Amino acid sequence: MSDAFLSATVKIAGTGGAEIEAYSALAQDDEPRGGVVVIHHLPGYDDPTKEIVRRFAHLGYNAVMPNLYWHDAPGAAPDDAAAAGRAKGGVPDARLVGDVGGAAEYLRALPNSNGKVGVIGYCSGGRQSVLAACSLPLDAAVDCYGAFVVGDPPGAGHPLKNVKPLYDLLPDLSCPLLGLFGEDDSYPSPKQVAELEQLLTGHGKTFDFHSYPGAGHAFFAVDRPSFRPEAAKDGWERIAAFFGKNLSV
Amino acid sequence: MCTYITNMVSTEGSGKGADGWFPLTETSVYFDHPVHAPAEHTLNIDFRNPDRGAGARVAVELTADTARALAHAILETLDAVPEGIL
Repeated sequence: MSDAFLSATVKIAGTGGAEIEAYSALAQDDEPRGGVVVIHHLPGYDDPTKEIVRRFAHLGYNAVMPNLYWHDAPGAAPDDAAAAGRAKGGVPDARLVGDVGGAAEYLRALPNSNGKVGVIGYCSGGRQSVLAACSLPLDAAVDCYGAFVVGDPPGAGHPLKNVKPLYDLLPDLSCPLLGLFGEDDSYPSPKQVAELEQLLTGHGKTFDFHSYPGAGHAFFAVDRPSFRPEAAKDGWERIAAFFGKNLSV
Repeated sequence: MCTYITNMVSTEGSGKGADGWFPLTETSVYFDHPVHAPAEHTLNIDFRNPDRGAGARVAVELTADTARALAHAILETLDAVPEGIL
Protein backbone atom coordinates (compact mmCIF):
# COMPACT_ATOMS: atom_id res chain seq x y z
CA MET A 1 0.00 0.00 0.00
CA SER A 2 1.43 3.35 -1.07
CA ASP A 3 1.10 6.44 1.15
CA ALA A 4 0.54 8.74 -1.85
CA PHE A 5 -2.69 10.67 -1.99
CA LEU A 6 -4.05 13.50 -4.10
CA SER A 7 -6.00 16.33 -2.51
CA ALA A 8 -8.14 18.56 -4.67
CA THR A 9 -11.38 20.47 -4.96
CA VAL A 10 -13.96 18.36 -6.81
CA LYS A 11 -17.62 18.48 -7.69
CA ILE A 12 -19.94 15.81 -6.33
CA ALA A 13 -23.68 15.17 -6.39
CA GLY A 14 -25.23 16.57 -3.23
CA THR A 15 -28.80 16.65 -2.03
CA GLY A 16 -31.31 15.87 -4.76
CA GLY A 17 -28.45 15.28 -7.22
CA ALA A 18 -27.47 18.96 -7.24
CA GLU A 19 -23.80 19.52 -7.96
CA ILE A 20 -21.83 20.89 -5.02
CA GLU A 21 -18.21 21.61 -4.29
CA ALA A 22 -16.23 19.27 -2.09
CA TYR A 23 -12.65 18.85 -0.95
CA SER A 24 -11.23 15.39 -1.40
CA ALA A 25 -8.04 13.56 -0.51
CA LEU A 26 -7.83 10.25 -2.35
CA ALA A 27 -5.37 7.39 -2.10
CA GLN A 28 -3.50 6.83 -5.33
CA ASP A 29 -3.18 3.06 -5.38
CA ASP A 30 -5.58 0.18 -6.08
CA GLU A 31 -5.64 -1.28 -2.58
CA PRO A 32 -9.28 -1.44 -1.40
CA ARG A 33 -9.99 0.91 1.52
CA GLY A 34 -12.74 2.64 3.37
CA GLY A 35 -13.88 6.20 2.97
CA VAL A 36 -14.51 9.03 5.42
CA VAL A 37 -16.93 11.92 5.00
CA VAL A 38 -15.74 14.92 7.00
CA ILE A 39 -18.37 17.45 8.10
CA HIS A 40 -17.06 20.95 8.69
CA HIS A 41 -18.25 23.17 11.54
CA LEU A 42 -20.61 26.12 11.38
CA PRO A 43 -17.93 28.71 10.50
CA GLY A 44 -17.47 26.91 7.24
CA TYR A 45 -15.51 24.93 4.75
CA ASP A 46 -12.17 26.17 6.03
CA ASP A 47 -8.48 25.41 5.80
CA PRO A 48 -8.17 23.64 9.19
CA THR A 49 -10.94 21.20 8.24
CA LYS A 50 -9.31 20.59 4.85
CA GLU A 51 -6.21 19.64 6.85
CA ILE A 52 -8.33 17.05 8.66
CA VAL A 53 -9.43 15.64 5.29
CA ARG A 54 -5.79 15.25 4.31
CA ARG A 55 -5.04 13.59 7.64
CA PHE A 56 -7.57 10.87 6.91
CA ALA A 57 -5.91 10.25 3.56
CA HIS A 58 -2.59 10.05 5.40
CA LEU A 59 -4.22 7.43 7.63
CA GLY A 60 -5.06 5.39 4.53
CA TYR A 61 -8.67 6.38 3.77
CA ASN A 62 -10.29 8.14 0.88
CA ALA A 63 -11.78 11.28 2.38
CA VAL A 64 -14.11 14.00 1.21
CA MET A 65 -15.69 17.08 2.78
CA PRO A 66 -18.79 18.53 1.11
CA ASN A 67 -19.07 22.32 1.18
CA LEU A 68 -22.33 22.59 3.09
CA TYR A 69 -22.79 26.25 2.12
CA TRP A 70 -22.41 25.74 -1.63
CA HIS A 71 -26.19 25.82 -2.03
CA ASP A 72 -26.34 29.23 -0.33
CA ALA A 73 -23.54 30.90 -2.22
CA PRO A 74 -21.96 28.83 -5.02
CA GLY A 75 -18.47 29.98 -5.86
CA ALA A 76 -18.22 32.47 -2.98
CA ALA A 77 -15.27 32.58 -0.61
CA PRO A 78 -15.91 30.01 2.15
CA ASP A 79 -16.23 32.62 4.92
CA ASP A 80 -18.66 34.70 2.84
CA ALA A 81 -20.66 31.57 2.04
CA ALA A 82 -20.82 30.66 5.72
CA ALA A 83 -22.13 34.15 6.52
CA ALA A 84 -24.75 33.82 3.79
CA GLY A 85 -25.80 30.42 5.10
CA ARG A 86 -26.10 31.67 8.66
CA ALA A 87 -28.20 34.64 7.53
CA LYS A 88 -30.57 32.17 5.87
CA GLY A 89 -30.97 30.20 9.07
CA GLY A 90 -28.17 27.65 8.88
CA VAL A 91 -27.95 24.28 7.14
CA PRO A 92 -31.32 22.48 7.04
CA ASP A 93 -31.08 18.92 8.38
CA ALA A 94 -32.61 17.36 5.24
CA ARG A 95 -30.09 19.15 3.03
CA LEU A 96 -27.23 18.00 5.27
CA VAL A 97 -28.36 14.41 4.97
CA GLY A 98 -28.57 14.75 1.19
CA ASP A 99 -25.11 16.24 0.89
CA VAL A 100 -23.48 13.69 3.22
CA GLY A 101 -25.32 10.91 1.37
CA GLY A 102 -23.93 12.21 -1.91
CA ALA A 103 -20.45 12.36 -0.44
CA ALA A 104 -20.79 8.77 0.79
CA GLU A 105 -21.87 7.63 -2.67
CA TYR A 106 -18.91 9.48 -4.19
CA LEU A 107 -16.58 7.51 -1.92
CA ARG A 108 -18.29 4.17 -2.54
CA ALA A 109 -17.99 4.70 -6.32
CA LEU A 110 -14.21 5.13 -6.23
CA PRO A 111 -12.34 2.25 -7.88
CA ASN A 112 -10.38 1.50 -4.71
CA SER A 113 -13.36 1.67 -2.35
CA ASN A 114 -14.04 -1.36 -0.17
CA GLY A 115 -17.65 -0.22 0.13
CA LYS A 116 -17.36 1.00 3.72
CA VAL A 117 -17.96 4.64 4.61
CA GLY A 118 -17.72 6.45 7.92
CA VAL A 119 -18.58 10.01 8.88
CA ILE A 120 -16.99 12.44 11.32
CA GLY A 121 -17.93 15.94 12.35
CA TYR A 122 -16.69 18.56 14.75
CA CYS A 123 -18.72 21.01 16.81
CA SER A 124 -21.97 21.62 14.85
CA GLY A 125 -20.67 18.89 12.54
CA GLY A 126 -20.67 16.50 15.50
CA ARG A 127 -24.42 16.80 15.74
CA GLN A 128 -24.66 16.49 11.98
CA SER A 129 -22.51 13.35 12.06
CA VAL A 130 -25.06 11.73 14.39
CA LEU A 131 -27.88 13.07 12.22
CA ALA A 132 -26.30 11.52 9.11
CA ALA A 133 -25.70 8.21 10.89
CA CYS A 134 -29.37 8.13 11.95
CA SER A 135 -30.56 8.91 8.42
CA LEU A 136 -28.21 7.03 6.09
CA PRO A 137 -26.72 3.54 5.86
CA LEU A 138 -23.18 4.11 7.15
CA ASP A 139 -20.53 1.92 8.74
CA ALA A 140 -19.14 4.18 11.47
CA ALA A 141 -19.75 7.64 12.87
CA VAL A 142 -17.71 9.95 15.08
CA ASP A 143 -19.23 12.81 17.04
CA CYS A 144 -16.62 15.28 18.26
CA TYR A 145 -18.30 17.48 20.88
CA GLY A 146 -21.48 18.02 18.93
CA ALA A 147 -23.99 20.14 20.83
CA PHE A 148 -27.76 19.62 20.75
CA VAL A 149 -27.83 15.94 19.84
CA VAL A 150 -29.79 16.08 23.09
CA GLY A 151 -30.94 19.23 24.86
CA ASP A 152 -32.43 22.38 23.39
CA PRO A 153 -30.30 25.20 21.95
CA PRO A 154 -30.22 28.39 24.05
CA GLY A 155 -31.46 31.68 22.74
CA ALA A 156 -35.10 30.97 22.01
CA GLY A 157 -36.31 32.87 18.98
CA HIS A 158 -32.94 33.15 17.27
CA PRO A 159 -33.08 32.66 13.51
CA LEU A 160 -31.28 29.31 13.30
CA LYS A 161 -34.44 27.31 13.81
CA ASN A 162 -33.00 24.43 11.80
CA VAL A 163 -31.13 23.21 14.86
CA LYS A 164 -33.09 20.89 17.08
CA PRO A 165 -32.22 17.86 19.20
CA LEU A 166 -32.22 14.39 17.62
CA TYR A 167 -34.21 12.40 20.18
CA ASP A 168 -36.64 11.01 17.60
CA LEU A 169 -33.87 9.82 15.29
CA LEU A 170 -31.61 8.02 17.77
CA PRO A 171 -33.44 4.66 17.41
CA ASP A 172 -32.41 4.74 13.73
CA LEU A 173 -28.66 5.00 14.34
CA SER A 174 -27.27 2.77 11.61
CA CYS A 175 -23.71 2.15 12.81
CA PRO A 176 -21.33 2.20 15.77
CA LEU A 177 -20.78 5.68 17.22
CA LEU A 178 -17.58 7.05 18.75
CA GLY A 179 -18.11 10.15 20.87
CA LEU A 180 -15.25 12.39 22.01
CA PHE A 181 -16.04 15.15 24.48
CA GLY A 182 -14.39 17.59 26.87
CA GLU A 183 -15.34 17.45 30.54
CA ASP A 184 -15.21 21.24 30.75
CA ASP A 185 -17.57 21.73 27.81
CA SER A 186 -20.98 23.28 28.46
CA TYR A 187 -22.51 22.31 25.11
CA PRO A 188 -22.57 19.36 25.21
CA SER A 189 -22.29 19.27 28.99
CA PRO A 190 -21.21 16.11 30.84
CA LYS A 191 -24.86 15.77 31.86
CA GLN A 192 -25.97 15.84 28.21
CA VAL A 193 -23.29 13.31 27.26
CA ALA A 194 -24.56 11.05 30.05
CA GLU A 195 -28.13 11.49 28.80
CA LEU A 196 -27.07 10.50 25.29
CA GLU A 197 -25.25 7.45 26.66
CA GLN A 198 -28.38 6.42 28.52
CA LEU A 199 -30.59 6.85 25.45
CA LEU A 200 -28.26 4.90 23.17
CA THR A 201 -28.00 2.12 25.74
CA GLY A 202 -31.78 1.99 25.89
CA HIS A 203 -31.98 1.72 22.13
CA GLY A 204 -29.43 -1.10 22.12
CA LYS A 205 -26.90 0.82 20.05
CA THR A 206 -23.15 0.25 19.88
CA PHE A 207 -21.21 3.27 21.05
CA ASP A 208 -17.96 4.26 22.73
CA PHE A 209 -17.75 7.62 24.51
CA HIS A 210 -14.69 9.31 26.00
CA SER A 211 -14.67 12.57 27.94
CA TYR A 212 -11.34 14.27 28.54
CA PRO A 213 -10.50 16.07 31.80
CA GLY A 214 -8.97 19.51 31.34
CA ALA A 215 -10.50 19.87 27.90
CA GLY A 216 -13.46 21.91 26.82
CA HIS A 217 -15.07 22.39 23.46
CA ALA A 218 -13.01 22.18 20.26
CA PHE A 219 -9.96 20.55 21.81
CA PHE A 220 -8.95 19.15 18.40
CA ALA A 221 -8.69 22.65 16.87
CA VAL A 222 -4.95 23.24 16.60
CA ASP A 223 -5.39 26.90 15.58
CA ARG A 224 -7.61 27.91 18.50
CA PRO A 225 -6.99 28.60 22.20
CA SER A 226 -9.18 25.59 23.03
CA PHE A 227 -6.59 23.15 21.63
CA ARG A 228 -5.62 20.50 24.15
CA PRO A 229 -2.79 18.41 22.73
CA GLU A 230 -3.12 15.46 25.12
CA ALA A 231 -6.84 15.07 24.46
CA ALA A 232 -6.39 15.60 20.73
CA LYS A 233 -3.57 13.07 20.52
CA ASP A 234 -5.54 10.42 22.35
CA GLY A 235 -8.65 11.32 20.35
CA TRP A 236 -6.90 10.84 17.04
CA GLU A 237 -5.62 7.45 18.21
CA ARG A 238 -9.16 6.42 19.14
CA ILE A 239 -10.52 7.65 15.80
CA ALA A 240 -7.86 5.72 13.90
CA ALA A 241 -8.61 2.55 15.87
CA PHE A 242 -12.39 2.99 15.50
CA PHE A 243 -12.30 3.52 11.75
CA GLY A 244 -9.67 0.80 11.44
CA LYS A 245 -12.10 -1.64 13.05
CA ASN A 246 -15.31 -0.52 11.35
CA LEU A 247 -14.18 0.54 7.89
CA SER A 248 -12.13 -2.53 7.06
CA VAL A 249 -13.64 -5.47 5.22
CA MET B 1 -19.54 25.47 20.83
CA CYS B 2 -21.23 26.76 17.71
CA THR B 3 -23.84 28.84 19.56
CA TYR B 4 -26.16 29.26 16.55
CA ILE B 5 -27.47 32.44 18.23
CA THR B 6 -27.98 35.00 15.49
CA ASN B 7 -29.81 38.30 15.32
CA MET B 8 -30.71 39.90 12.03
CA VAL B 9 -31.06 43.65 11.54
CA SER B 10 -32.63 45.23 8.48
CA THR B 11 -30.05 47.79 7.45
CA GLU B 12 -29.84 51.10 5.60
CA GLY B 13 -26.40 52.54 4.91
CA SER B 14 -23.21 51.70 3.05
CA GLY B 15 -20.16 49.59 3.70
CA LYS B 16 -16.77 49.20 2.09
CA GLY B 17 -15.86 45.66 1.18
CA ALA B 18 -13.21 43.98 -0.93
CA ASP B 19 -14.58 45.58 -4.11
CA GLY B 20 -15.26 49.05 -2.73
CA TRP B 21 -18.39 50.71 -1.40
CA PHE B 22 -21.82 49.17 -1.70
CA PRO B 23 -25.26 49.72 -0.17
CA LEU B 24 -26.11 47.57 2.88
CA THR B 25 -29.45 45.85 3.31
CA GLU B 26 -29.04 43.48 6.25
CA THR B 27 -26.76 42.77 9.18
CA SER B 28 -26.14 39.51 11.04
CA VAL B 29 -24.99 39.73 14.66
CA TYR B 30 -23.87 36.54 16.36
CA PHE B 31 -21.56 35.18 19.05
CA ASP B 32 -19.69 32.20 17.71
CA HIS B 33 -16.35 30.83 16.57
CA PRO B 34 -14.39 33.42 14.58
CA VAL B 35 -12.68 32.81 11.26
CA HIS B 36 -9.64 34.96 12.02
CA ALA B 37 -9.61 36.47 15.53
CA PRO B 38 -7.41 34.56 18.01
CA ALA B 39 -10.24 33.72 20.40
CA GLU B 40 -12.54 30.78 20.92
CA HIS B 41 -15.68 32.88 20.50
CA THR B 42 -16.22 36.43 19.31
CA LEU B 43 -19.09 38.80 18.67
CA ASN B 44 -19.29 38.74 14.91
CA ILE B 45 -21.04 41.24 12.68
CA ASP B 46 -21.64 40.76 8.97
CA PHE B 47 -22.88 43.85 7.15
CA ARG B 48 -24.30 42.45 3.91
CA ASN B 49 -26.15 42.97 0.67
CA PRO B 50 -27.21 39.49 -0.50
CA ASP B 51 -28.60 40.86 -3.77
CA ARG B 52 -25.02 41.69 -4.74
CA GLY B 53 -23.70 38.23 -3.86
CA ALA B 54 -22.20 36.60 -0.80
CA GLY B 55 -18.99 38.58 -1.25
CA ALA B 56 -20.81 41.88 -0.64
CA ARG B 57 -19.95 41.73 3.04
CA VAL B 58 -18.09 43.77 5.63
CA ALA B 59 -17.17 41.46 8.49
CA VAL B 60 -15.77 42.09 11.96
CA GLU B 61 -14.95 39.66 14.78
CA LEU B 62 -14.73 41.41 18.16
CA THR B 63 -13.95 40.29 21.68
CA ALA B 64 -16.97 40.50 23.97
CA ASP B 65 -15.41 43.47 25.83
CA THR B 66 -14.78 45.32 22.60
CA ALA B 67 -18.27 44.60 21.34
CA ARG B 68 -19.86 45.95 24.52
CA ALA B 69 -17.65 49.06 24.43
CA LEU B 70 -18.57 49.57 20.79
CA ALA B 71 -22.28 49.17 21.48
CA HIS B 72 -22.09 51.75 24.28
CA ALA B 73 -20.06 54.11 22.10
CA ILE B 74 -22.63 53.88 19.31
CA LEU B 75 -25.48 54.71 21.68
CA GLU B 76 -23.53 57.48 23.46
CA THR B 77 -22.60 59.01 20.12
CA LEU B 78 -26.17 58.99 18.93
CA ASP B 79 -27.38 60.41 22.25
CA ALA B 80 -24.90 63.29 21.90
CA VAL B 81 -26.20 64.38 18.51
CA PRO B 82 -27.90 67.79 18.80
CA GLU B 83 -31.66 67.93 18.44
CA GLY B 84 -32.97 68.34 14.94
CA ILE B 85 -30.14 66.49 13.22
CA LEU B 86 -31.31 62.90 13.66
